[in-house]
Order: sequence, then structure tokens, then C-alpha cells
Amino acid sequence: MRFLPHTDEDIASMLKVVGADSLDDLFSTVPGDCRHKASLNLPEPLTEWEANNLMDVLSHSMGVSPEFKVFIGAGSYEHYIPATVSCLIGRSEFVTSYTPYQPEMSQGTLQGIFEYQTLTARLLGMEVANASLYDGASALAEALLMSVRTTRRKKVAVSTLIHPLYRRVVQTYFRPTGFELVELPYLKNGRTDLSKLDKIDDLAAVAVQSPNFFGCIEDLQPIGERAHEKEALFVTAFTEPLAYGLLKNPGSQGADIACGEGQSLGIPQWFGGPGLGMFASKMKYVRNMPGRLVGETVDMDGKRGFVLTLATREQHIRREKATSNICTNNSLCALTAAMYMASVGRTGIRELSGLNHDKCEYLKSELKKAGFEMAFDSPTFNEFVVKFPTGFETTYERLLGKKIVAGLSLAPYYPELTDHYLLCVTETRTRDELDEFVKELRL
Amino acid sequence: MKEITELNLPDDAHYTENHEWARPEGHGVRIGISDYAQDQLGDIVFVELPQVGSTYEKGQEFGTVESVKAVAELYMPIGGEVLAINTVLEDSPDLVNKNPYNDGWMIEVKASDPAELDTLMAKSAYLELLKGLE
Amino acid sequence: MKEPLGTTGLILNEPLLWEKGKRGRSGFSLPRRDVPPCPLDAELTGEGPDFPDLSEVDVVRHYTRLSTWNFGVDTGMYPLGSCTMKYNPKTNERQASLPGFAGAHPLLPTNLQQGALKLISELEQYLAEITGMDAVTLQPAAGAQGELTGMLLMHAYHQSKGSPRSKIIVPDTAHGTNPASAALCGYQPVAVKSNDQGILSPNSIVELMDDDTAGIMVTNPNTLGLFEENIKKIAEVVHSKGGLVYGDGANMNAVMGIVRMGDIGVDVMHLNLHKTFSTPHGGGGPGSGPVCVKSHLEPFLPVPRVIEKENRFLLSEDFPDSIGKLHAFYGNFGVMVKAYNYIRSMGPENLKKASQLAVLNANYVKEMLCGVLHLAYDRPCMHECVFSDRLQKEQKITTLEMAKRLMDYGFHPPTIYFPLVVNGAIMIEPTETESKENIDEFIEAVKSIVNEAKEAPELVREAPKKCKVKRMDETAAARRPCLSG
Repeated sequence: MRFLPHTDEDIASMLKVVGADSLDDLFSTVPGDCRHKASLNLPEPLTEWEANNLMDVLSHSMGVSPEFKVFIGAGSYEHYIPATVSCLIGRSEFVTSYTPYQPEMSQGTLQGIFEYQTLTARLLGMEVANASLYDGASALAEALLMSVRTTRRKKVAVSTLIHPLYRRVVQTYFRPTGFELVELPYLKNGRTDLSKLDKIDDLAAVAVQSPNFFGCIEDLQPIGERAHEKEALFVTAFTEPLAYGLLKNPGSQGADIACGEGQSLGIPQWFGGPGLGMFASKMKYVRNMPGRLVGETVDMDGKRGFVLTLATREQHIRREKATSNICTNNSLCALTAAMYMASVGRTGIRELSGLNHDKCEYLKSELKKAGFEMAFDSPTFNEFVVKFPTGFETTYERLLGKKIVAGLSLAPYYPELTDHYLLCVTETRTRDELDEFVKELRL
Repeated sequence: MKEITELNLPDDAHYTENHEWARPEGHGVRIGISDYAQDQLGDIVFVELPQVGSTYEKGQEFGTVESVKAVAELYMPIGGEVLAINTVLEDSPDLVNKNPYNDGWMIEVKASDPAELDTLMAKSAYLELLKGLE
Repeated sequence: MKEPLGTTGLILNEPLLWEKGKRGRSGFSLPRRDVPPCPLDAELTGEGPDFPDLSEVDVVRHYTRLSTWNFGVDTGMYPLGSCTMKYNPKTNERQASLPGFAGAHPLLPTNLQQGALKLISELEQYLAEITGMDAVTLQPAAGAQGELTGMLLMHAYHQSKGSPRSKIIVPDTAHGTNPASAALCGYQPVAVKSNDQGILSPNSIVELMDDDTAGIMVTNPNTLGLFEENIKKIAEVVHSKGGLVYGDGANMNAVMGIVRMGDIGVDVMHLNLHKTFSTPHGGGGPGSGPVCVKSHLEPFLPVPRVIEKENRFLLSEDFPDSIGKLHAFYGNFGVMVKAYNYIRSMGPENLKKASQLAVLNANYVKEMLCGVLHLAYDRPCMHECVFSDRLQKEQKITTLEMAKRLMDYGFHPPTIYFPLVVNGAIMIEPTETESKENIDEFIEAVKSIVNEAKEAPELVREAPKKCKVKRMDETAAARRPCLSG
């Protein structure tokens, strides 16, 4: 087997050194009643070529671009990934290296992640970003736990327009804690309703998502002001970071913690994971932040270099008093995002975000012209909700036959929103494809 | 790491098993960590101190001291109300390494029971404790 | 090899991204604009981020140069104890980048996601078989999240029995994520000491186990590389008081096909796909931390779960006692593909062989280095062995210094200063993918360094010399953190 280099001679000579008669003998400290005697009931090994065939068959059964036009966002976005990014992130010195605990032989990862932290902080308008968490959902859960730790209060107010699956993850994290999650409903215009806020005391954080799950852009500044009046932390979440190429960033609107999903930044959709938990906050909260942090310093000769720092927050030192239990993070995905942000650049991201916005607005206006009803009238970015006529399921099925996935039904997440569908358009849809989509819907 | 004979252990300080020291200073009692503690921890990078006005009992945790690779809790040698904290340590935590008994002091308390000071170790007893740790 | 492995060579300096670039440069092919611009409310529009503008060549040279400053498994041996830095097969990468997997949206209609659901279902079955457990969730995104999941499962189980508990027993050799995960679940970790053989004694568990203790977290083999021989008895003790046994499966590489955790009393355990199952570490992640359970914990597993119905695969949320969700979607599918491919490529006999050879390699290192370094426990080890710097105390050379000097010899240092029960610990896990020659070279390097400690200690004290940077000022980095540029 090509991954196991030992020859029979190697094994024999090593067994001799160790003083064992056979490989089996090496397990003398394992009591007999702990041993598994039978063979493992697993399929026989495949050659590389058979494995390729098997995986090709499995992957060909999936409904993906370019064969299918998938108009779904909802936390996973189809964006173009430059060949440079795929090529560079495949370099095995990045892929096969370990966590950079030995900085002298990991400066590639360390500088790369320091750059990621910086670009993330700049994108979100925040003072410090960490080296990544698992995904947008766990990042939000960590942000709320961090708020509770920082303020020493027990309640968090969470908008129902935050991604429903993120809220479920937060609920799971909160289950054993005794902290309370209060939901903030939404208004007819597709934005968060803050009226409940005044009646909540012992508030650690107010959390909203922008653009929110309906694609609507929240008016963040007044929400931040309300949160700060109650001496709570203002937590903003996001699922589409490209929005901040165009929109005012959370930092400029008063966010104390900004967290969300970074998959859009050059990372493949991969059926939902691995993605990228982006996490940033004000510098004054940094000692309470979860996750790794890379810092700049100098070496013995005065040369600039980078190291993991403020490690006393983490589990390997602080153990049960750590700011989080996280160890392995999504480092390679963070590096990918940095490569993508570096490739797109300041000028590029403006145009790219603009394209996302404008193509989506184009679809919206064409659908309106065709007589379809937009559910909410707040401004949106690359996603919006349409209220289709009753019985739309039939049309949906017909379109599937034409390899068009006409959005995501909202009813499973918001039972009051029957016949409402969340549609997404990114820079990957051409005008012709959008026209074709509208044409099919009208039939 | 220093040898025991190299350690600085002033005569006028009272010591605890957890390597804090206490010393009367004017109306209050000053508290910090011993030369042994700072030597074991290495370069101190951060000291987390309580708020002025808070009250702790003898043996209660009142803060933490961090080096690059370790954290240690700080425990009250005697009970009392925190009158002052050494805010200079925020920007210069290295004072704890350089001068643990003077510039590196951490908090000053008003002893709730001055007799508790007598229950602490004098230099000779602390020295014996350190020898036992070897 | 007559010449030492570590050598000097020309590598290039490279500034930070924002120290290069010129306004107007581009490294990205912007898609064609085929729709009219649509202005957005000025109140909502921002300035855009202050990113540098770089050309494609700028970006390529930047990251190519950065990569040359890194050391990976593909570069050389990485004997990090408890990390299982085995070779990452390239066939795995080919499969994960297939467009049908890489380009798949997680919320596609069921008919369009059959391939992925089948892979998930089969991988769950394989992991259940390997661990001897009844059901699996692939949702946790890393080992630590797997541990949290395990804790939540235990918590839900005890609640369902009307017997909520507040404590959990954690051995002194445990990885830091164990007490951290327990604390996230509101459990107070209660430490138990290992005995002088380096393993747990049933009696010490008897003393601690009561009706208020949720159970115990055990790593087996433990972080000293020793098999917890008393595990069955310990499980009995814990079960007798209604507790559960959590298995930290980080060291699974020692026992595949040889011991199945489900057969020796473990109720719930996690695996690390990025350790045992060959998926790459990526400089810190992503990983994947599947959790395997016995049937009495199955009702509490996270949702959705993949079920098979009439030859089709479906996602089902019909599990009313589920603890909920840990991940927005299904976990790190892109990592699962690699582990699946590895298991299909190895097959049952080779997986067992891998464990046997991992244990052979570690015992060989132990024999060869015993006396060169101080061996913490003079007993047969499993897939890793623990030494310390005790023999070098006379020369005042420490574990840290010897580790740094190993870099100059062309090796990544082993795990140092863990587990905490051994002062100055050096934990060596060669893994099965290192050949005898590689290991002999490693042993020679260690012997040379131990010799240098006696004959030329400055070489060790001032190491490393051949890396891009020398030792870093970590104190300054922590005192005056500079976390962004």
C-alpha cells in the first residue's frame, strides 16, 4: 500500500530492536478482553483509479453549476474563484503544515494569517480580528457567550432575521448555560423590530444580521445606539461579506463584535462546509476573545516576524477557564479568504460588490415588471424574498426539470410565510440566464 | 530559573503557601507575589486586578497574573477591602519581574482582621517551604 | 544520507500585502457587466475596505514565497505527539475538488444531493464499524466541537433520566480541550491522578464517582502513549452510578482494527478526521470531529440526520430529543470526502496495519532513544512515547532548546511540555507513514543534539539558526499586542 512504506525486512529488523516477535506482540498491554478479534467489516480497498471512478459517479449526481442554475443563497453563495487562489492554496507547505506553535518554521502560515486578520478587520471596520472560527453559526454563538462573559449579564436579544440555522446553533450552545435568549421579531418592511428591547433587563448583547436572512439591509447605527443605551454589546452578524465592499461596515455603525460566514471569499461551497467563521471586535475586548490570534513581533536579531499570542486565553493553557474550547480552527480557509481579498483588491471589490447588487436588482425589477410581488420593500443586497402565487410548487418542480432551482422556500423556517421564496443572484449569473429565469416563471 | 539561595526574600514581608507576600504600608497592607513566583512564571505580560472597593476573604481569588505560557491565580493572604490597585502594572507588567516587592506591588487592602497577618509565614518558614518544593 | 537533512538555501523575503501594490492594479478578472448600475441609498453606502490593489503576479509571488517559509508533512517528518501528522494522500485532494462536491449548495432539493448524502451515510457506517459504536454524527467541525457535542449528549441523557449532574471526572493527562468543553456545558471538571504506571486506577475513580457526576472523559491510549488497561473496570464503576464514559478518540491511530471503544465500555466518543483519517491540518484547520454513540444516546444526536428510504437518501429532522445543531449545515463535508476516500483506499486490513506500524515505529523510537533522553515511563508504549529533559539538567539544557535545535536538523519538533504530568515532556508520535530510514535519521539527529548539549551547548541554546527567523520575542508580542497592520 503506497502510504505504508515498511517492507517485511524493515518490520523484521525493527521488531528485533524492540524485542517483540510479531506486530501482534506490540499490543501486550492491551488486555485480551479489550481486543477486537474479527476483521473490520469494511469494503475492500480500491485502487486510485477505482476510487476516482466511484467519486466521479457520486459527484456527478449533484445539482451544480454550470448544468444547474441555483438561485439559492441563505448562507452559501456561488462566486467565481480565481485559478490563482485554487492554485496557491493547494501548495502543500500550507496544506500539510500544523498549527504554527513553532513560529520559526511556520512564518508562511503566521504572516498569511496576520494578513487575513488585518484584511478582515479592514473589511468589517473593526479593530481586531481573530484567526478564524468554524463557521458563521458558531461564530455567532461565541460572540454571544463573549458578550455574557464581558458584561456579566445573562440575557441576549437576537433578531429573528438572523439566519434560522444560526439561531438554532446558538440555542444548542446556550442549552446547558442558563443564559436566556430573547427573540426580536421583524417588521413588515423586512427589518428587525426593536420595540421589545426596552422591556428587557440584564441585557448582555443585541444581535442582528445585515444583510439579514431576507436579504434586507438593516439600519445598523440606531440599533447600536439602542444597545449601548442599555449598556449591552452590539453584535452584528453576516452571511455575505462581499456586501461590505459596498455597504457601510459594522465597525462604522458601532458594532462591538462583528461575526459571520466568510465562504464567499474564495472558498468553495462544499455542501455547507468547511466554511469560515469570521470574528472581529473592539481592541478593549480582545482578552475575552475566543480563538487564536497572530501578533507581530521581532526575533533575537531584530527581524520582523509573527507568532501566536495572547495564548493564555486558550484551552491548552487556561483549560476550563478558557474563553472557548476551540483548538483546530479553519486556518486554511482563512488563508484562502486572504488570497481572495488580496486578488480582488480595493478597486476590484467595489465593482464586484456592485455587480452582485446590480444583477440582483435587475432580476428584482424584471420580476416586478412580470407582475410578481416583492415581499419586503427595504433595500437588499444580492438576495430578496418574492411572494409567489399559491400553488407555486408546481412551477418550482417544472423549473427543476429545466435545471433551474427557483430559490429557497421560507415556509419551513417562517411558517407564516407560505409561498414566500428567498432568491439569490451573484456575479455568476448572466443577464441571459436571468431573462431565461423570468421567462420560465411567466409560463 | 534562580537557585533558592539567589532568591530575594525581604525580612519585613509575610508569605503565603501560594507565594504571595503581604506587608503593612501606612494604613493598609500591600500585597504582591514573591520573587520565587515571578521567577517561575517568567516574563509577566498581564496582571488582572480587582476593582477598588471590592472586598475579599482570606484565601479568596482576587486576580490573575499571566506570563506568555502560564496563568496563575492570585489569592488573598488576608481578608479585606481593596483600597488601591497598582495601575502602573497595566502598561508595565514587567515591574512584577524586576521589583516584585516594591514597584511591582499589586493591591493595597484595609485588613478586616489584622490578626490574620500573624498567621502567615515569616521569611524563614517560607524558605523551608521552598526548599521542600525542590 | 551523509549530509544532514537541514540545510541553508536561498529563500526570499516578502513584505506584508499592504506594503506592496499600487492603486489601480488588479489580480482578479471582473465578470462582464451586462446589467445597468443600480444606485443604492447613500445612507447605506460605505467607502469599501482599505485593501491593497495587487496584480496577479504580486499575489502569486507573495504566497509562493510565504509557502517556502513553512514546513509541512510533505517537507519532512513531523513527530508531534497526539497530533498524528501522517502523510496526507493527494488522491483525497482530487476528490474534494470535484465540481459536484466543491460546487454543491447545502440546501439543494433532495434529488439533487444524493451523491453527498450517500457519502455521508456510508462514512457514518464505516466510522461506527471502526469504533464499535451504534450511530454517528459528522456535524461537529473539529475535535473540540465533537467534545462539546459529547458533553451536550451526556447532559441531555442525564436530564432525560431526571438526574441532572454537575461534575465530570477528567484525568490529569487530559488534553486542555477536555475540561474546556466540559465547562462550556456547565460541568465542573474533577481531576483524577494517574498512578505511577501512568494509567488510571479503578480505585481512584471509585473515590470520585457519585450520583452527581455525569461520568468520565478518557483518552485511550492516553496522552502518555499508554493503553488504559483498567478501562473496562473503570467503565463499570462509572456505569454503576448511572454515569457515562466519554472517549477522546484523538489517539485512535494506535488501535484501528485492534480495539473498538464501543466494546470496552465507552458510551460516546469523538474522532479527529484530520488526525487518524489522513485529512490535512491546513496550518491549523479545517478539521472534522465526528461523534460516535451507543444506541442509548442515539435519540439525542444533532439534526438533520441522513436516513435511507427505498434506495434514496433523505435529511430528516424527525428526532424530537435531539440536542439541536452545532453547525449551520451538516459539518465539514469537504473534509469528510477526504476521510471517506482514505478509508475506501486503505480497506480494513491496511487500516489495521497502519495502527500496527504506528505502534511499531513509536516503540522503535522508544528503544533507540531510551538513555539518550530520559524515558518518562519505562513500559511498552502505543503509537507515541514520552521523554523528558531530566538527563540534560546537568548541562542546563531544556526541552525547549533541544526542540528548537531539531529544526536545524530538518525535523519539526515533537510536542513539548505536554502532558503536564511530565516535567519538560517531549512527546514523539512518528505515525506509520514514516519509513525506517526517516526514523533512523530522526534518532541520529536527537543523538547529535544531546551530544551538542554536552560538547557545544551554545549551538542548542541559540537554535534555530537555519530557519527564516530566529527565536521570537513572545513576551513583547503578549505585552504590547500588535494584531493587525
